[in-house]
Amino acid sequence: MRLELSAEDAAFREEMRTFFTTQVPQSIRDTVAAREELSKEQIVESQRILNAAGLAVPGWPVEWGGQDWTPLQRHIWHEEMQSACVPLPLAFNASMVGPVIAAYGTQEQKETFLPQTANLDIWWSQGFSEPDAGSDLAGLRCAAVRDGDEYVVNGQKTWTTLGQYGDWIFNLVRTNPEAEKKQAGISFLLIDMTTPGVEVRPIELIDGGHEVNEVWFTDVRVPAANLVGAENQGWDIAKFLLGNERVGVAPVGAVKRVLAHAKEWVGEETLRDPLVAARFAAIENELLALELTALRVVAHSADGKPHPASSVLKLKGSELQQEVSDLVVELAGPGSLASGAGDDSGVPGWARVATPAYLNLRKASIYGGSNEIQRQIIARTILGL
Amino acid sequence: MDFEYDDEQQALRDAVRGLLTKAYGDFEKRRTATRGERAYDPDVWRQLAEMGVLGLPFAEADGGMGAGPLEVGIVAEELGRVLAPEPFLTAVVLAGGAVAAAGTDAQRAALLEPLAAGESLLAWAHDEPGHGYTSSASATKASQEGDGWMLTGTKEPVVSGEHADVLVVTAALPDGPSTGSGGAGTGLFTVAADAAGLTRTGYPTHDGGRAALITFDGTPAEALGEGADATAVVERVLDQARVAAAAEALGLISEALSATRDYLTSRKQFGVTLNTFQALTFRASDMYVDLELTRSLVLWAAMVLDAGSPEEASVAASRAALQVATAGKRVGQEAIQLHGGIGVTAEYSVGHRLSRLRALEAQLGDARLHTARLAGRVASYGEVDPLP
Repeated sequence: MRLELSAEDAAFREEMRTFFTTQVPQSIRDTVAAREELSKEQIVESQRILNAAGLAVPGWPVEWGGQDWTPLQRHIWHEEMQSACVPLPLAFNASMVGPVIAAYGTQEQKETFLPQTANLDIWWSQGFSEPDAGSDLAGLRCAAVRDGDEYVVNGQKTWTTLGQYGDWIFNLVRTNPEAEKKQAGISFLLIDMTTPGVEVRPIELIDGGHEVNEVWFTDVRVPAANLVGAENQGWDIAKFLLGNERVGVAPVGAVKRVLAHAKEWVGEETLRDPLVAARFAAIENELLALELTALRVVAHSADGKPHPASSVLKLKGSELQQEVSDLVVELAGPGSLASGAGDDSGVPGWARVATPAYLNLRKASIYGGSNEIQRQIIARTILGL
Repeated sequence: MDFEYDDEQQALRDAVRGLLTKAYGDFEKRRTATRGERAYDPDVWRQLAEMGVLGLPFAEADGGMGAGPLEVGIVAEELGRVLAPEPFLTAVVLAGGAVAAAGTDAQRAALLEPLAAGESLLAWAHDEPGHGYTSSASATKASQEGDGWMLTGTKEPVVSGEHADVLVVTAALPDGPSTGSGGAGTGLFTVAADAAGLTRTGYPTHDGGRAALITFDGTPAEALGEGADATAVVERVLDQARVAAAAEALGLISEALSATRDYLTSRKQFGVTLNTFQALTFRASDMYVDLELTRSLVLWAAMVLDAGSPEEASVAASRAALQVATAGKRVGQEAIQLHGGIGVTAEYSVGHRLSRLRALEAQLGDARLHTARLAGRVASYGEVDPLP
């Protein structure tokens, strides 16, 4: 048992740290540090810088731009990026649809989509959830009916994050309503969002921001060539995608960074308040335990088998993310009420965004498989209950 | 970076687990042992000695195995798994650790070899009534008497002190250097159990052990080492014990969860097994989260203790202690609740697990102490970096 990084991994960490802190524009990193909303242009610019250096999609197959890194190196890459306030590569592209196309796509689909997906030339949206299909995803109804060389899509998707920027959407659609098991009648379809009949409608959230959308499909005609995998194989593909989504899902680096910034924001005098200091100490301890658990999982996953403890990462990671956001609201005090004030406000920016950020992060224990789903997974698959 | 035990460590774990499962795999045997005169099984103690466990952390020259905190943790975790009542933590880690750290060559030879051989039991006489968690002593005072030393005062509770052959005692030095708390410096002494002016009154403790009130009245004592202020040694020994206790707690909660899982899948109510009820299984899932986070932090603390500076080791000890104080209590309490009434009966092990968890906390510091120790430092750094 050994805690230190090997010389090679330590050098790798240094290389990542240097790249992220020198090659990604300070203005973008400042936006992340201030917990402000990134513009589409900032996200695209950042990902293109990473992609040019081979750092946008290291998890992909090497021939499509991936890196032959160890799980630990991928972990270091991920943590250092967060620590340097670099926006993570767009998850819909980098960790969702990209790996799916690489694993299930035709050669033509790979050549058409993968380079553009890695470089964020295409901004992908996710079309999974529906009003009646959230945690029970297999209950989805959005239908695709084969008509010659095309599918005709009708239905509605919801919670489509950043769908307002989407160029394409990867959709789970029902292709066989008669299937005995509802999982068996689903397909995975790529849809150009400029196709007639696609309509994106914003959903306003409690933090006042516009982050998620409804997407409506009315007689949308999609070339059958945009089907990924076989017809009615969509559920297998979705499970593959969601499995990837869970990897690296504990935002340890980002939460640690916010906690460290919070110390700077409030200053030493506030940190001398014993109750404040005790709260920092307690959260830091749990965060350290989580980070070490992530490292244990990574160190163990070298043989390709997921570590059973990986299921705690999403659960505890989201809880701690929320707890830190709650702490920041308390530290902001009455200043947190100035959430709508402009830049001429006397209240510092971090305090003004504290409550919107806290409210926004209520989503963390809901998306990506709610924490109740995670508890169910632990109970069933790990504890055998 | 690597969080797995090597072959030797696994062999140690297998050997200790084998011995202890045979001894206490049947919980009734543990109950029998704790009702005995010493509250542990002298036979098991002897077997642990034969296996080399009682000399594990001591230098080979002192009759030990020269092992580190990871190996001590392996043993402690296995003891926790079966709730073994043997006084490994107090005799080996605390009392033995103090002798190893402060004793002269002659003292180490005289005390550690018989301890490792299971021939002589050492006890750690440090706590004093009403003094809370401190690394200094004040109710027991040392004075110089010719060439030697003499102790007067009280130590309580002294775990396993009733049957120890030698007591390792902390005592306030007559005019030693001031400590941070304004008191006199604290020295480390050894006292033979049959020394003049020593009285001891034994009693059972809630976790199945025994402790004693020990009074000294002009009792002859031998200073460990030079007889100088040993506060720093006491602090280091306490930190080592905190990490070992955290490993024991890990074993305790790991098996508390196992027992709970087994119970939920076998116990029927309303005609179905309890795992049919999601309200119960979700609570078990949260126990699992606590267990895994605790395992990570405990392994990490042992590694830091092994390789880090004394200050890093002290912080790591507090981190592990805080984690087991909070997560351990949560898991221990939940295990009882999910078992229902049987969980609070003496014949069933889960209740005793919480009792032992609370005893470890009482001996080495609770969440309040360790939160305070950590809170005092939060302004001095930005992020916690787990890697050295």
